[in-house]
Amino acid sequence: MAEIPKEEYLEKCTTACAGCTSSLTLRYVLKAAGPDTVLVVPACCTSILQGIYPNTSFSVPVYNIAFAAAAACASGMSEAFASMGKKTNVIVYAGDGGTIDIGIQALSGALERGTDFLYICYDNEAYGNTGMQRSGATPMGARTTTTPGGKTDAKKDLDRIVAAHNIPYQATATPAYPKDLYEKVKTALATPGPSFIHILAPCPPGWRIASDMSVTVGKLAVKTGSWVLWERKYGELRISSPSKSAMKKRAPLREYLSVQGRFKGISDSAVNELEQAIEKNIAQLAKEEAGEC
Amino acid sequence: MLTVATGNKAVAAAVKAAKPAVVAAYPITPQTEIVEQIAEYVTAGEMDARYIPVESEHSAMTACIGASITGVRSFTATSSHGLLYMHEMLHWAAGARLPIVMANVNRALGPGWNVWAEHTDAFSQRDTGWIQLFVSTVQEAYDTTLMAFRIAENTGILLPVMVNLDGFVLSHIMQSLETVEIGDYIPPMVLPHRIDTGNPAGYGTLTGPGDHFKFRWEIEKAMRNSPAVIADAEEEFAMRFGRKYGPVDEYLCDDADVLIVSMGTLGKEAEVAVDNLRKEGIKAGSLRIRWFRPFPELDISDRDLVVLDRGYSFGFGGVLTDSIKSRYRDSSLFSVVAGLGGQEVTYDDIAEFVRNRRMGEEYWFGVDA
Repeated sequence: MAEIPKEEYLEKCTTACAGCTSSLTLRYVLKAAGPDTVLVVPACCTSILQGIYPNTSFSVPVYNIAFAAAAACASGMSEAFASMGKKTNVIVYAGDGGTIDIGIQALSGALERGTDFLYICYDNEAYGNTGMQRSGATPMGARTTTTPGGKTDAKKDLDRIVAAHNIPYQATATPAYPKDLYEKVKTALATPGPSFIHILAPCPPGWRIASDMSVTVGKLAVKTGSWVLWERKYGELRISSPSKSAMKKRAPLREYLSVQGRFKGISDSAVNELEQAIEKNIAQLAKEEAGEC
Repeated sequence: MLTVATGNKAVAAAVKAAKPAVVAAYPITPQTEIVEQIAEYVTAGEMDARYIPVESEHSAMTACIGASITGVRSFTATSSHGLLYMHEMLHWAAGARLPIVMANVNRALGPGWNVWAEHTDAFSQRDTGWIQLFVSTVQEAYDTTLMAFRIAENTGILLPVMVNLDGFVLSHIMQSLETVEIGDYIPPMVLPHRIDTGNPAGYGTLTGPGDHFKFRWEIEKAMRNSPAVIADAEEEFAMRFGRKYGPVDEYLCDDADVLIVSMGTLGKEAEVAVDNLRKEGIKAGSLRIRWFRPFPELDISDRDLVVLDRGYSFGFGGVLTDSIKSRYRDSSLFSVVAGLGGQEVTYDDIAEFVRNRRMGEEYWFGVDA
């Protein structure tokens, strides 16, 4: 495995919250991508953590674009660079609201058209930038400012929606496992055509966890099977090693839920549904990896 | 080369000549022929452009934005609901100072579904920071589309330009068209703020009130510079290709007592009305507005104005009427709302408006008893 480069493209002066795993993710994404990269960012936490004009905490160009528009902007940019013979990486870095909800049409279109770009959705499971309102990515039972009694609907299955587009490279990751994340970004950028990486990004203020707990919570998500790390290259699925180990003996789901204030008072039936969803997801992934579906 | 073409095909031919690097396209009646023709040019290898068949108009404008910020020329075309669906991104394109060119085939808005000519689509985008030009013939659609690239990309302007042509009555009718060898009429695009990974910057970063206000003032300054730049593009065009255009198209205005003020194809009907009225001894003239934004200076003093409005601001008045009244408060004006949803308005109808004009009043043709 290649060493993760020492170069930093995300400066230390961001206005991110303490313990923000989205900015931690971005740090590794940019290390993997290097300087010949343009980030396309729709409205999300990353719109804000760049700082205030004329300052920027990024040392790659960042093109901010409207909420629903990231994938379409990247389409235009990618085609324009191609028309000039440039190999510049075009990476969308978008939150779950901008991906799963308002941006899904543009995303679907860009994937279907075979756009040569990498789309990264960092998923903190709510509209974080506006103060943690429910999104389609919020898991069942989680309290947000618009689901004060806990969300009654299940998390939208973004990965299977993306998978239906049969793109060359798709993966999940979390910055709690940075080498896994780094390698996946490298692979995605080396694969022509559309690539998609879905990142679980624990959010201290939104998930009501201490700011020094976000990496631990990311690991718990993997260990409990709530978040499964995998990659699919040209249709071949491989479950990544941290999840492989976790699946041999899963940690109890309650360990993941009980450390997060957003799940305080979650009903037994909601926990049961979450548990069933985890089992179903793992079973489907295991079957696919074994070539049984 | 002299040929015959529809308004849509004329726009497509001009786009081909302008050689954009990226065309983003989503079909909508009555614009479809433009994007179909460009697709044919690209497939046949007659046009070296990347054609992005986007999934919506919002994405069409956004893809043009993404392409343009890298410093290459981009084009799209739309109509009616498509234009309104891109509304958010029209503000973005102008705010980001991107010289995107778009043809908008003017069409009414639903409900009910109506695919025919009306100017409400363009009027509802009046305040987005786009330069808006309105044409009346197939030749003018071609010529103005070429000019649009030169105007938009002028480094003193760097604003997007919308070329408006009436749905069906211009987009789908055939007239003679003389295409040109454009040579260096449109200089290579140089976008000073293009993305450069060797010189990274934040674009559209969170911006405080002071800087935001300054950027909006810069848009207005560019808009104020634009009449000279558009006039230069028109003069250079006349010099090279022999066809002369201006902010307005005047027909027998010099000695006129009454001016018919219009936009788009109604202006051509108005010219016939003028001829017929003059036979009756009524000294009429036609003043067709070509530049809607920036709005031109008008020579209208001491004449009656009969203003034909193909779009309306509910609760206030005709949109063209409003622009004229707010500039020329003392104007003596009869406001005629006509042609909405493709309503037929003939030169005889227009002559009747002039004969029966009631200065200071408003009249909804065909529905207002």
